[in-house]
Amino acid sequence: MNPAADGSHFSGGFGDPGRDAARAFRVIMTVLARPGEIGELGMVSAPAPLSPAQAGLILTLCDTGTPLHLAGPADCAPVRDWVRFHTGAPLAAAGDAEFAVGTWADLKPLDRYRIGTPDYPDRSVTLFAELPGLDATDAVLTGPGIRDSARLSLPDIALLQDNAMLFPLGIDIFFTCGTALAGLPRSTRIEAEG
Amino acid sequence: MSGYNFAYLDEDTKRMIRRAILKGLAVPGYQVPFASREMPMPYGWGTGGVQVSAAVLVPEDVMKVIDQGADDTTNAVSIRAFFQKTAQVAVTEATGEATLIQTRHRIPERPLTEDQILVYQVPIPEPLRFLEPRETETRKMHALAEYGLMHVKLYEDIARHGEIATSYAYPVKVADRYVMDPSPIPKFDNPKLESAAIQLFGAGREQRIYALPPWTPAVSLDFEDHPFEARKAPGCCGICGAEDSYLDEVILDDAGGRMFVCSDTDYCRSRVAAAEDAA
Repeated sequence: MNPAADGSHFSGGFGDPGRDAARAFRVIMTVLARPGEIGELGMVSAPAPLSPAQAGLILTLCDTGTPLHLAGPADCAPVRDWVRFHTGAPLAAAGDAEFAVGTWADLKPLDRYRIGTPDYPDRSVTLFAELPGLDATDAVLTGPGIRDSARLSLPDIALLQDNAMLFPLGIDIFFTCGTALAGLPRSTRIEAEG
Repeated sequence: MSGYNFAYLDEDTKRMIRRAILKGLAVPGYQVPFASREMPMPYGWGTGGVQVSAAVLVPEDVMKVIDQGADDTTNAVSIRAFFQKTAQVAVTEATGEATLIQTRHRIPERPLTEDQILVYQVPIPEPLRFLEPRETETRKMHALAEYGLMHVKLYEDIARHGEIATSYAYPVKVADRYVMDPSPIPKFDNPKLESAAIQLFGAGREQRIYALPPWTPAVSLDFEDHPFEARKAPGCCGICGAEDSYLDEVILDDAGGRMFVCSDTDYCRSRVAAAEDAA
């Protein structure tokens, strides 16, 4: 029996791990380098409630060296088994996590995550946050990776502005919606309208 | 090539490098520590750039490798052959056709596009290292954005030589926060750091990765009365006649004969080809 087809926690991984993970990373890197750009990441799948884009982020970036926090309903037996089988990532509390996955609502509040230290701003969490919708409207983004300005349908703008104020410390976020993916590094400045 | 993973490195290593690249892009100019691996080439031959390229390459890429602007030098040829063998990627010498360019010490003359990635080989990533040898101290200086020492160094240049004599690896301030070493590119190339392309820097021996997202401000440090000046040898290329490209001096004989030619071999060749087409 093909283990990929039985719908269990064995399924949903990369078909050709070396090449597929490289293609997935290129999408992930591009959206983080160009805030406001929306990429497609739909080549893998995880048990509900995780989206294909969140599954792609986990399989591309997480392994035994990266504590992962499952927030809210994402912290369920099927997801835990799937994460353990595919990545071996240790499951961790929010304050110890290098990555955290869930809906944006479940991942809040942000002040429980690591934001790095002045000596090592890289020792911070990266969130994989699912939103009900994701498109290039609403909030105006400026900063590294953006030529003039870009737009992205961000939630809780005040909260995200507070995070940007921490630069070079702070949290980096990948917003997902199904297979859609956008990056919001801490370096991006956010205005509510424009 | 069978027996090796795609692009040589194992998946664990690539994930670790990829995470460092993402941190580098999120904090432009900050040097992210990473667990550099031994590569099948010595330190100083671009092991940092090779590891970054291996972590970023996709099978569909068209790769170009340059060493001081040239596609046909030993370092460039061997790295290009390495990725042809281990990643089976297409290669090119034409800057416009490449999707990923690994470079040693030059930025191509032809402006890069948003569909391109430029990977730099970096020998010493720490711009303050020759001023302060202790890593504990330079780390504190970056944390506090305490860059006065760098300005003292540039000032001493002026006091001694009447101008800022630093001609390569000229420090830049990135996104108004971190002072960064752009690798030993000539300062002629510094204005090109603000680019449409994603720029990634890999230092293998020193185990650091850093990055410039597209259009990130990278301001060359200077003084109001001694502004930064992108400089090259005066004159034009002896082969293609270009006046706007960075020139290498070539000694022709023992009698003092010399000429200046484009350091960017693809730029020079494409200009010669265009002139022949027009004739």
